[in-house]
Formats: sequence, C-alpha cells, structure tokens
Amino acid sequence: MKDFALLIKDLDSTNSTNKKVKYLSEYFSTAEPKDRLWTIALLSHRRPKRPVNTTRLREWASELASIPLWLFEESYHIVGDLAETIALVIPGEPEAETISLHQRMEELIALRSLPEEEQKEYLSNTWMTFDHYERFAFTKLLTGGFRIGISQKLMTRALARATEQEEDILAYKLMGNWTPETTTFHDLVYSDSKEAQKSRPYPFYLAYALEDAPDQLGDPTEWMAEYKWDGIRGQLIYRDGEIFVWSRGEELVTDKFPELEGLSSFLPDGVVLDGEILVRKGNTLGSFNDLQKRLGRKTVSKKLLEENPVFMMVYDLLEWEGKDIRQRSQKERRSLLEQLLRQLPDQQDLLALSPLLPFNSWEELSALRDGAREAESEGLMIKSRQASYGVGRKKGDWWKWKVDPLTIDAVLTYAMRGHGRRTNLFTDYTFALWDQGELVTFAKAYSGLSDAEFREVDRFVKKNTTDRFGPVRQVTPELVFEIAFEGIAPSSRHKSGVAVRFPRMLRWRKDKKPEEANTLNDLKAFL
Amino acid sequence: MKSQLLRFTKKGIYCPPAGVYLDPWRPVEKALITHGHSDHSRWGHQQYITHHHNKPIIEHRLGNINAKGIAWGEDLTINNVKFSFHPAGHIPGSSQIRVEHKGEVWVFTGDYKLENDGISTPWEPLKCHGFISECTFGIPAFNWRPQEEVFDDINTWWMHNKADGRTSVLFAYSLGKAQRLLKHLNPDIGQIYTHGAIENMTEILRSFTELPPTIQITKDTPKAEIAGNLIIAPPSTHGSVWLRKFTPFVTASASGWMAFRGARRRRAVDRGFVLSDHADWPGLLQAVKETGCERVIATHGYTEVFSRYLREEMGLDARAESTEYEGDTAEEQEKVTSDTTVE
Repeated sequence: MKDFALLIKDLDSTNSTNKKVKYLSEYFSTAEPKDRLWTIALLSHRRPKRPVNTTRLREWASELASIPLWLFEESYHIVGDLAETIALVIPGEPEAETISLHQRMEELIALRSLPEEEQKEYLSNTWMTFDHYERFAFTKLLTGGFRIGISQKLMTRALARATEQEEDILAYKLMGNWTPETTTFHDLVYSDSKEAQKSRPYPFYLAYALEDAPDQLGDPTEWMAEYKWDGIRGQLIYRDGEIFVWSRGEELVTDKFPELEGLSSFLPDGVVLDGEILVRKGNTLGSFNDLQKRLGRKTVSKKLLEENPVFMMVYDLLEWEGKDIRQRSQKERRSLLEQLLRQLPDQQDLLALSPLLPFNSWEELSALRDGAREAESEGLMIKSRQASYGVGRKKGDWWKWKVDPLTIDAVLTYAMRGHGRRTNLFTDYTFALWDQGELVTFAKAYSGLSDAEFREVDRFVKKNTTDRFGPVRQVTPELVFEIAFEGIAPSSRHKSGVAVRFPRMLRWRKDKKPEEANTLNDLKAFL
Repeated sequence: MKSQLLRFTKKGIYCPPAGVYLDPWRPVEKALITHGHSDHSRWGHQQYITHHHNKPIIEHRLGNINAKGIAWGEDLTINNVKFSFHPAGHIPGSSQIRVEHKGEVWVFTGDYKLENDGISTPWEPLKCHGFISECTFGIPAFNWRPQEEVFDDINTWWMHNKADGRTSVLFAYSLGKAQRLLKHLNPDIGQIYTHGAIENMTEILRSFTELPPTIQITKDTPKAEIAGNLIIAPPSTHGSVWLRKFTPFVTASASGWMAFRGARRRRAVDRGFVLSDHADWPGLLQAVKETGCERVIATHGYTEVFSRYLREEMGLDARAESTEYEGDTAEEQEKVTSDTTVE
C-alpha cells in the first residue's frame, strides 16, 4: 500500500482542489483495479466495520511507543487525530513492503474475528514496518470515518476524469448497496447491471441557503414554496416489489423504518419519492430527538415503533412507471406526485404530501416564513417551477429560507481543544445559563467565531483555567456569547432539562458581564 | 527545601542575591539575555548582558540600548553569585545561563536544541542541581529526523519547482531559521534571494558565521531574474502584494509544527518541512538526563505534560511555571513592517 500512502501524502501536500483531483485521477489510472475499488469505497463512506476498538488501539500504541497511557492520551488531545498520533509516537523502520491496499483491507476484515492477542501482534508488527505516512494511512483505515479532506464529490470528479465518463452518471453508478466484496471495479464503473440498479438511489438535490430576502429571485410566479421540514431527508424506492429507504448520507436505512415497508401493498411499481422522514405524535410532529431514537438503535423495538411511529412527508417524484423523470420540470413532477398520492387508500398514514404554500408576492411569502415555526417547520423551501431535479448542491433552483434562529446569551464555562486544523487551539466550548444563582450547562458549540476571535478566546482559556478534567479546562465564568440554535425540546438526558439543535456562537457579547447572561427559565420559555 | 536562588516574579525570572533578571518580560535594571528572539530580549531594560554574538543582534532589533557582550564560559560575578553563558545551540549567539551561589547550581536554557545546525555554537550539557527548561515540543509526538534528510527534501523540492518553471518561496523567521536554511541550501541549483528583513539580519550574522551569498530583493529587481530561483521571506509576507509579484511560485514553511497535518493546512502553504530550532521529545529527555539535575522547572510549551512525565516516570522534582515566553509561536508570528518589505 505504498502507492496509497503516497497518494494520501500528495493529497495532504496541497490546498488546491485542482491538484487534489489531478493526484487522485492519476492514482485511479495507475493503481491495481482492486485497490481503486477500495479507494472508491473508502472515500464514499463504505469503510468496513472497525476491526479493533480504539481503547485497545491506544493501549497497544502507547505500549509500543514505550510511553505511559496518560501521555499517549495527552498527545492525542493535542494532535487531534488518533491515527496521526499513532503515526507520530510509534518509531518504525520502513520496510520495502509489497502488500497492496486491497490485501491490507482483507487482512483488516479478517482481523475483526481474531483473538485479541493475535490482533495486537498483527498491529504491532505491521505498525513497525511503516514509515510515517504509511503508518498514518494504514491506521486511518481502522479508526473513525476515513476523513482526509476528500469529499465524495471530489473523488467522483477525479474518477470521472480517469475513466472518461460524465460526472453525474458516474455519481449515480457509485450510489447504492455495494461493497468491494460484492462487485468489481469494472462492474461498478463501466457496466450497469439490472441487479445493481434495483436498490440504487438517485443523488440528492440539495438546496442553497438564501441569505437575504427572496426579491433577488425575480418574478414570484416562477416559484413555488413549501415548508422546510425538520426530519431526515430520505429517498424511498419501490422497485420489483421491494422497498428501499436511503438517507441523505447515502446510507440504506430501510431496517430502521420497518413501517415504511408497508407501502409495498399499495404503491405502484417503479416509483422513487423524495421527502422528509418525520415522527408522528398524534396530531403533531415529534421532535428531532424522537427521530434520532429511531436511528440510534440497532434493532427497532415494538415499543419504540408504537411510541415514535414515522411517516414520510413527500415533495418530489424522481421515478415514475420505472422511468427516471428527473429531467422533467418541477411543476410536472409535482402534478404526477399529487396524482400518485390521490390514488392511495384514504386510511394510509405512511405518506403525506408536503403542501404547497400559496403566495402572490415576496412580502406574502415573508409573512408565511414568520409563521413557519408555528407550523412545526424550520422555514421555507423555494423551488423554481421550471427546474429539473439536479445533482448535489447546485445554486439556482432550490433555496432554503430558514426562520431566524432562536438566540440566548450564555456564559462560557468549559473549553476543549479543537480537532483537525484547530488542534492547537481551545475552540470547543461549553455554555451555561443562570439557574438560582448557579450556572447550569445547556449546550456545546464550536463554530461561529472568526479565527482571530478563536485565538483571543484561546488565550483567555489558557490564562483563566481554574481546573482540569483530562482534556477539558474549566475556566473563570467571564465571557458571554450569544448562542443561536434552531429548535428546542425537553430532554431528561441533559442536566438543564432541555436539548437545543445546532447550537453555535452568533457573536461574542463583549459588552455583557456574566451576570447579565440569560437564565435557564428564559430558555425554557421557548419550549 | 525551596531554593531562593531564582524566583519567578511578575517581571521575569529573578535572582534575589544578585538583583538581576534572566530574560525578563517587563523592564528591569539589569537583564541577562539568552538570545535575540523577541520574547526573550524585550524592550526597556537599563542594561543588557548577553553573548558577544547576540549583542549586535539585539542592538539591531532594539536600537539604542546599553548592552554588554560576554564570552562563553566567562565568569560574571555579581554579589557573590557566579553567572556564566554557555552555548544553547538554538540560533547563533544563543546561550544557556548558568547560575551558581554557595555551591548551588541552576541552569536556565532559554530556548535550545541538541542537534548541531551548522551555524550556531552547538549545545553543551551543563551539570546542575536545578534545570529551568523550555519544552515547546514537549510531547512524544515530536521526533525530528536528522537535518541532512530534511535538507535533501528541501533541495529536491527546489529542484522540482525549478524544473516546473516556478519560483520557490521558503517562509522562515528572519533570525535563526532563515540563516540555517541558507547554510544548507544547495547553491548549485540556483540563486538565493532574500526579503529585506532577512537580508539585514543575515548581514549581521555574516560577521561571525560563514553563509552562502544572497541577493536582496528590491523594487528594482527584475521579476524575470528571480524566476525559478529561491526566495527566503518572513512568514508574514504570505499572501502579500509583495509576494504576488513573483507568480508563478510555490510556498513552503520549515518549522517543528509542520509535523502536524493540520498545521500545514492552517498555514495554507504548499509544502511543510519539519525543521525546528527547539529540542524534540527525545532531545528534551536527553538534556534533562545529561544535566544530572534533581529539579526541573518547565517554562514554556507543553509544561504540564512534560513536568508530569519527569515526576512520574523519571522521579524528578519537576513543576511548570507560567512565563511570557512563546517558543515557536512568537517566531511564527514575526511581523515585518511594510517599509522593510520593498527596500
């Protein structure tokens, strides 16, 4: 896997997207086909299950580096990436190894079922035969997600260049339910079998956020609007008598939502729907937390199914009578979708149509947005009536116009070092609100400040640490930040009794003293 | 028993029996200075005592100051406290300061490295009871490769850039790192150009160190003449109008932090070379062992982790003290005024 390690090193050595595409496409033209296939799998979130848990990895690595475990842990917190830490602390004499990436991957898959002693022996021996980058790339294969700053989109572009194909077509081929064990590079990239097609979803079309008022979009009659639902974006496929549900992360989640399989009894064959999976609570919608319970469990219990039943709020039709209709206009797809839903039995509660919101002017739409939160949504979606269904995130035809976030002023109480490019700075913060004279933690946030502000807070943290708990620093409660969040729900898991969604720092309130921060009761008033 | 020989005060490391400070960070009467980096030699002291080689350096940086030069190992006794300066190997003219009083010996390292860099007088181990050490890179993630290997990489990088028709831009602190690079670049590949701030400092160091020839870039330097050659520039010129004139070029940074993947991306340089003027983890441990000391005070860097290791794994009386030394951070953030940029 020397060439693979070299690829990672090359990709690491530049910030230019063009160069990254060049390096990757060169690799896709020269590497062994089996290695190419594995590289596609790794860069499209298809890494096999972790063979060894990370606690063992840390123990074995610190032993091999002859350092105490606490020192390994401290180093890890500073370096910020487990594979990189292991690569840095373990000494090694690089050997001229000839084992290729796919052989390594097979070894790692087999490693999973070996007794612990043999796992340790294998890893210890292997780590020592590598140079720094090989050790990093290899270890990256067995920790966390394989994130190395290469998106699936970028990988697809490089592969398209190497195989002289259209990027959109290739993106479609790479989707679906395959692993390197069930296909070959040639079958995946060049041929297109019926079986492979059956479960394959279409690439999701993603909306851009509308920053200002929608006036810039021109004539309002060219556009249609719906609520933006706060659930899990999903694609529901019904082909040859089988239901498949895909999440936006291109994960097959059919088994998490078994009730949706009931759709097979009344959907016509050859249909693909795009929509949002939501929890139904009587006549209202469940919170995002309720939905996460459904995703978090390995098996969905009967109790959970009864307490948090799901349905799909559909808003687009991508395949009809077995034909890809993405090229048809939004208007036409919408009318086919409405036609489809009218055919369904009245008592079914698995699909609902996301209603269109009538408006004659942008002012009217703006008023609708103001009421979006009361309608249990997080804002509006604005879609061009004439547009076809795109691939990925493309500017122009779909816009999301979220309601303004809820905000509250909170006090910084704890800090941790960031990860990746922020590994030398304290950038992950915990915030608290007042409750009967005490500060109660309610949210963590790590985004929203400028680099200069992060450096300033970092200096504050280093100078005002009052206690340490492993990597966490407790700091003098002095700095106040305006925290923005999208939604709020009661939670028994949090000390504060509430859970907020997408908390982030909106601004640093240097004008406020800690005692001027909000109270927990102020926050609960949003409930 | 707590030693009274050296104390950490708000102004800096103070020696009460002698009434002098070591590398103080607030203005004092008498300052003993280890080296010329700005976090160790600050403004406003009434008298500066430092090694002969460092004297012209701090005079250049601080202007009209009252500075006295001293030789390696020369005896400087103040109120019965014996001070002497010894090579620290960090940059040219950098010293460790040895302090002896009634048989008790302490050594303050300032900044140091163990490897002979070819331009600084090499680090010298000193026996002592107490060792006040930096630990900028005091975690086991830092293990430097021998500098020959790094310079091979740097010269190869330059050669490739030249073949691609691009100018190579190496970012380096103007005092120390710039001259170390200069010393080991292969002049057969091409011409070495310097930014004004670096040229000025290099000129001072030439009086006691042999360095290859350089050409200072001025506003009259024709762009075509520089193409394919190499420029050494301070990190703050990254992304500047001054630098943009030399397009097409490729950038690189040489620093210990380049051992981290994130650091190179954060600096947004095309290439990172791991090359530091500070001791790495094995270097720090070796230094502590060679002093034979019983007590260690870690002044800057990963002080908590480093001192805990010395306590728990080496059985030493070690602790961290907070100071205003910044290690490599100060060096990375060197500011260059725009007037020195062109002339």
